[in-house]
Amino acid sequence: MTDIPAKVAAPSASSGSVLLTLMKLRTFIALIAVLVFFSVAAPNFLSAANLILMAKHVALNAFLAMGMTFVIITGGIDLSVGSIVGLCGMVAGYLVLNGIDLQIGYTVYFNVVEIALITLVVGILIGAVNGLLITRLNVAPFIATLGTLYVARGLALLSSDGRTFPNLVGKPDLGTTGFGYLGAGKLLGLPVSIWILLVVALGAAYLARYTPLGRHIFAVGGNERAARISGVRVNMVKMFVYMFSGFCAAIVGLIISSELMASHPATGESFELNAIAAAVLGGTSMSGGRGTIGGTIVGAFVIGILSDGLVMMGVSSFWQMVIKGLVIIVAVVVDQAQRRLQSRVTLMQMAKVG
Amino acid sequence: MSSSSGHDVILKLEDISKVYAGTVAVKHANFEVRKGAVNVLVGENGAGKSTLMKIIAGVEQPTAGRILLDGNEVSFSSSGDAVSRGIGMVFQELNLFGNLSVAENIFATRELTNAFRKIDHKEQERRAAEFLEQLEAGIRPDMLVEDLRIGQQQLVEIAKAVALDARILIMDEPTSALSAAEVEILFKVIADLKARGVAIVYISHRLEELIRIGDYITVLRDGRITGQEEMRRVDTQWIVRQMIGSDAKDFAKADGHQPGDEVFRAEEICLPRVTGGLAVDHVSLSLRAGEILGIYGLMGAGRSELFDCIMGRHGQASGRIFIDGKQVRERDTTRRIQRGLALIPEDRQREGLVSILSVASNLTLASLSRFVSLFHIRGAAERQAVTQMVRELAIKVADPAQEVSSLSGGNQQKVVIGKALLTGPKVLLMDEPSRGIDVGAKADVFRTMRKLSRDGLGILFATSDLDEVMALSDRIAVMSNGKLTGMFDRAEATEEAIVAASALGHGPVHGEQRR
Repeated sequence: MTDIPAKVAAPSASSGSVLLTLMKLRTFIALIAVLVFFSVAAPNFLSAANLILMAKHVALNAFLAMGMTFVIITGGIDLSVGSIVGLCGMVAGYLVLNGIDLQIGYTVYFNVVEIALITLVVGILIGAVNGLLITRLNVAPFIATLGTLYVARGLALLSSDGRTFPNLVGKPDLGTTGFGYLGAGKLLGLPVSIWILLVVALGAAYLARYTPLGRHIFAVGGNERAARISGVRVNMVKMFVYMFSGFCAAIVGLIISSELMASHPATGESFELNAIAAAVLGGTSMSGGRGTIGGTIVGAFVIGILSDGLVMMGVSSFWQMVIKGLVIIVAVVVDQAQRRLQSRVTLMQMAKVG
Repeated sequence: MSSSSGHDVILKLEDISKVYAGTVAVKHANFEVRKGAVNVLVGENGAGKSTLMKIIAGVEQPTAGRILLDGNEVSFSSSGDAVSRGIGMVFQELNLFGNLSVAENIFATRELTNAFRKIDHKEQERRAAEFLEQLEAGIRPDMLVEDLRIGQQQLVEIAKAVALDARILIMDEPTSALSAAEVEILFKVIADLKARGVAIVYISHRLEELIRIGDYITVLRDGRITGQEEMRRVDTQWIVRQMIGSDAKDFAKADGHQPGDEVFRAEEICLPRVTGGLAVDHVSLSLRAGEILGIYGLMGAGRSELFDCIMGRHGQASGRIFIDGKQVRERDTTRRIQRGLALIPEDRQREGLVSILSVASNLTLASLSRFVSLFHIRGAAERQAVTQMVRELAIKVADPAQEVSSLSGGNQQKVVIGKALLTGPKVLLMDEPSRGIDVGAKADVFRTMRKLSRDGLGILFATSDLDEVMALSDRIAVMSNGKLTGMFDRAEATEEAIVAASALGHGPVHGEQRR
């Protein structure tokens, strides 16, 4: 989102720079490839209903992947997002069904807007816990978020003793109806969740590109020491990315519960891996400093369409896993090849300039 | 170049060149190393000495040219390759494992093992003790390297190379962190090695040292070899002439402007060392607007640490700093930058630049808030500032959107300076601003320093280059072992006095000079 697309290869169209341009667009090419392949191979693939359904699936992963992208750009990792999805879904479901018992004979019920806001705050708070562990207590991101992965999942299971909160329609007299809107509602013909994705994605892309915070995220991932000496508040930047990741996960928790009109405590297991895969597929470098929101969204679409398309073709889910894994590996190999080619082309250009 | 004095040539470099991205480090060098003699290599910073030595030691491969060992052409693909042929090297940067013991470091990669491939620690420590005994440094083989003083670490590095039992031993600035007493010990060791027929390649830019122990001298300038002679036939003038060529160093003349009022004062700055003692020991100094105050000191004297304290990079540092007479109570770097302090760090790659970001992003990284309305970066304002800075500092870059890592060292350094200047500092801290950049860029940097001081900036700059500190400073402070050991006006400063002050308190660890 910052420098990488801005540095489109020079017009001197040597074979190196053509190849380089192709490699830079690889995720896009992959997206087109899967689209073309499945529209031929799977009947009904291109029907409007199917495309919208797939978009709704993809959106869930895309939310998580965006949060993950910022975290990975700073050089960290957030393994807890799947558990946050589960816990936030449970929080929303609990509030719809039970409200909060004030222990003095009264129980407060919230309307769905308030419930959604409370749930988002819970997600952000868990992200803040991750951030504090990493910045204040110097826990490695992998370990800190692995810990919150278990804690959040455990809390989700505890909240209902492992049961599902069913039938979240709410009661009109308590004002808790309308929870289904997020998952099933439509606006101008598109599902609400797609609109939310659009808003969050544009916001995140804007943040990455046009705000100091966005620039600082890249600087922290590129060279934390240099960023610190330049006056970047490294700890605040890290707090933000984990909180944003928690925020994204909370949105997903809300949407899933709303779609199913039920909250299940195991929701979101292993979602974090899909999110990481989408980010990496979209060109985010695991060593930090590189990545774009646009690339990540495209990456999420490639993974989502691939798995939905394979399902439609009737490929066994075991083979689906193999194929998904191979796609990720190939993506990273191409990414490395591009880096090498890029530096060679840069050197050649420098040599020409003299 | 006949071997009139009877020393055989053991290693010969023929027409060696080495090209890095952006720069040519060594150009068509021919270099001979003689047995049982000290072969001195001398040249300014960035002349290509270290690169040439890394080629001999197999760390770097030459782009062109031949290496002849005992008359046979060889090529080293790794340093292990060179070691197996009897070439050892004491690196300028310490290549030690801080988390391992001295003995483990000395025998790293060639561990002594028993019949079951288990490391024989007892034997290693006994043998290591022998080498350390020669160096008389009071280092025990079972100590952890990270607990040693920097000078002691350098001695361990030397012991490690001696333990290789090499036929050719390269020493790259071995004395840069050593006290006078430790240097004497090192010279005894060198004499000993010489007597055993070892060829020693010795790099330093302390001329008096070279003339004392050298047998042959080779001078490098800008990657080219400009002179090769027997040491007894040359004198200091000859060396200097070969080193700097006909044109003397371009230090940008002082313009005679008078410094203004005090802009910065540090009082009683202290920084505890992890291993005990103080890395910065009660340093107080004051700086006036438009003044350049040079801080001279050897490696490990505490110059960089002092700068770090001033910038608020160490929570455990104590002392007070004042800007324009008002105490700076902010303790974090961000707010100290806002108060008008800016640091140009010594290590460009690790601390100065975010190498994967563009030149433009690097330039404005520390001053983004200047271009922001509400939370939006105004692209036009940012671009304008970048263009202006690129022009002002003469940064050679085709497009500021280029990655900063594609620039040459000198231009990268200018980007770091530009980044600091864009924050609008009152006091500029420059740590070794001319390290690792070419002659032209150096002159540009010096000229910029002069111009900034004329504009009323206070500049504190740390260096270990005596010429530089003498030529650029209005006043010279000398640091040694964490303490401020001297403060001279330019008019009264002499090289002898400065060098003497920089050696104070640098006694060996069991030594006499230590309080």
